[in-house]
Amino acid sequence: MDSAGDSAFGDGAFIEVDRVEKVFDVRRKTGFLKRERRQVRAVDSISFTVPRGEMVGYIGPNGAGKSTTIKMLTGILTPSGGRLRVAGIDPSRERSRLAHRIGVVFGQRTTLWWDLPLIDSYRLTHRMYRIPDARYRANLDRCVELLELGALLDVPVRQLSLGQRMRGDIAAALLHDPEVLYLDEPTIGLDVVSKARVRAFLRDLNAERGTTVLLTTHDLQDIEQLCSRVMVIDQGRLMYDGPLAGLHEAGESERTLVVDLERELPPIDAPAPARVVRVEGPRQWLAFPAAQSAAPLVARIAAEYPLVDLSVREPDIEAVIAKMYEERATA
Amino acid sequence: MGAGRLYAAVAAGGFRRYATYRAATAAGVFANTVFGLILVHTYLALWDERPQLGGYDQAQAVTYVWLGQALLAAAAIGGGGFEDELMERIRTGDVAIDLYRPADLQLWWLAADLGRAAFQLLGRGVVPFAFGALFFDVELPSRPGVWAAFLVAVVLGMVVSFGIRYLVALSAFWLIDGTGVAQMAWLAGFFCSGMLLPLNVFPGGLGEAVRALPWSSLLQAPADVLLGKADALGTFAFQAAWAVALLAAGRLVQSAATRRVVVQGG
Repeated sequence: MDSAGDSAFGDGAFIEVDRVEKVFDVRRKTGFLKRERRQVRAVDSISFTVPRGEMVGYIGPNGAGKSTTIKMLTGILTPSGGRLRVAGIDPSRERSRLAHRIGVVFGQRTTLWWDLPLIDSYRLTHRMYRIPDARYRANLDRCVELLELGALLDVPVRQLSLGQRMRGDIAAALLHDPEVLYLDEPTIGLDVVSKARVRAFLRDLNAERGTTVLLTTHDLQDIEQLCSRVMVIDQGRLMYDGPLAGLHEAGESERTLVVDLERELPPIDAPAPARVVRVEGPRQWLAFPAAQSAAPLVARIAAEYPLVDLSVREPDIEAVIAKMYEERATA
Repeated sequence: MGAGRLYAAVAAGGFRRYATYRAATAAGVFANTVFGLILVHTYLALWDERPQLGGYDQAQAVTYVWLGQALLAAAAIGGGGFEDELMERIRTGDVAIDLYRPADLQLWWLAADLGRAAFQLLGRGVVPFAFGALFFDVELPSRPGVWAAFLVAVVLGMVVSFGIRYLVALSAFWLIDGTGVAQMAWLAGFFCSGMLLPLNVFPGGLGEAVRALPWSSLLQAPADVLLGKADALGTFAFQAAWAVALLAAGRLVQSAATRRVVVQGG
């Protein structure tokens, strides 16, 4: 076995990140010839481990350091400090050896050959990863079936829609049976149907093959539907590592119930901690803790008020993180 | 073995990518033919005044023009090869994808560019050359061995051309926008390969210098092999030396670039 032989984290830790830092030198022009050198800590002493077969969400606002972490985990960026192992391999030292064991999907970039039919990119992947013929065919058949790529194989990649291209990219990342899959914004820009399809596929992949998945996203629903564990990073620091429900508690995040009444009425008398935060004509907004079910609140309003319509809005990641900050500042 | 099949597949892909754009190929053939006609008439006027200029007679000078048109796109003398794409990938950060693959960046692009060159030699080179041979008085060798040697020199020229453009493309890691460097390389390539005038024409030190520069491998060297003006083995040695030197320099720059790489974008 070549997994984590020298691990300090015990058996089963498939990804080990120990006080890893990444500092970029940024030179900025401040005058005609003067340049100012500034150091930017994109990743600031982050530690975590991911056991084999886990599906972890890695979230944070733009520029938080998510992609930098992923790039270090693939070996294309070298950490400035700390220790990093994936499957017992130091990524930046043995990038090629690691490449055979990982799959990467960057939602905003494509690994596919733009001008050529989709199948050509897969044939190239077959050669690049030296996949045995039988295994290549089996994996391709499986991906084609589950990701519904059959009709697309002979279509040039430039003619694919974003959702089709994303499914094509996910298949390309999986043909060599990677043990770990890094997904960087895999649902960005996709419509609801495409998102659902991608999520269902990832869930099956994790359940059936035990593929370890590290997923960065802006979409909390990706996390809710896929990940048992979530890590929040902001300004290069790990702010939270635990179950998603705990994140809502940690951030005391709130969901919003939007209620349309028959007519303009005074603010609804809701049981605490739910409360009306906004009234606009017959429409009222109520905030309530994300961890709490909306059902009793809805039942009560429906019973006591002339209800026409309602909807529940989930908190977004930015709001949750903003709340976490407020917590820390006041604590 | 396995690696050989990978790069063969990359080269085949490079060939087919360019083969998909038929209208562009047709337009290129037309442009090369027109450009060739203009140059031929200029050369004929020049050689009328100065017979045996640069050691070529009129038929040889005309042959040289059509060879130039045949190799212009294939040897990417005016640019237009993989380098535009690689620079764009460096600028946008897509190069990250090329870097985490279990493949060598330089070999990957070399294979892709040779595939492109092979297509452009056939797709864009053959027709203008045949047109020239049909309608003008040209001098072509009759021995197959000379043609074979010419093809070897063409392939070596393509590798040298790649070596130069790889360095140009990698400059984008430092410059972000490599347009200026690419334009300078284009200018140098056009002049120093002998695209405008055969390098034999240039007198004295200037002539010596341009003939010793790597660009002469692109057009002047294969042309002289075809016209019987240069010893084939000596030409191969000259081209191979430049190819090795440039590829080695490319490797050095590549490792410096990837070590300091700031892959653009999130």
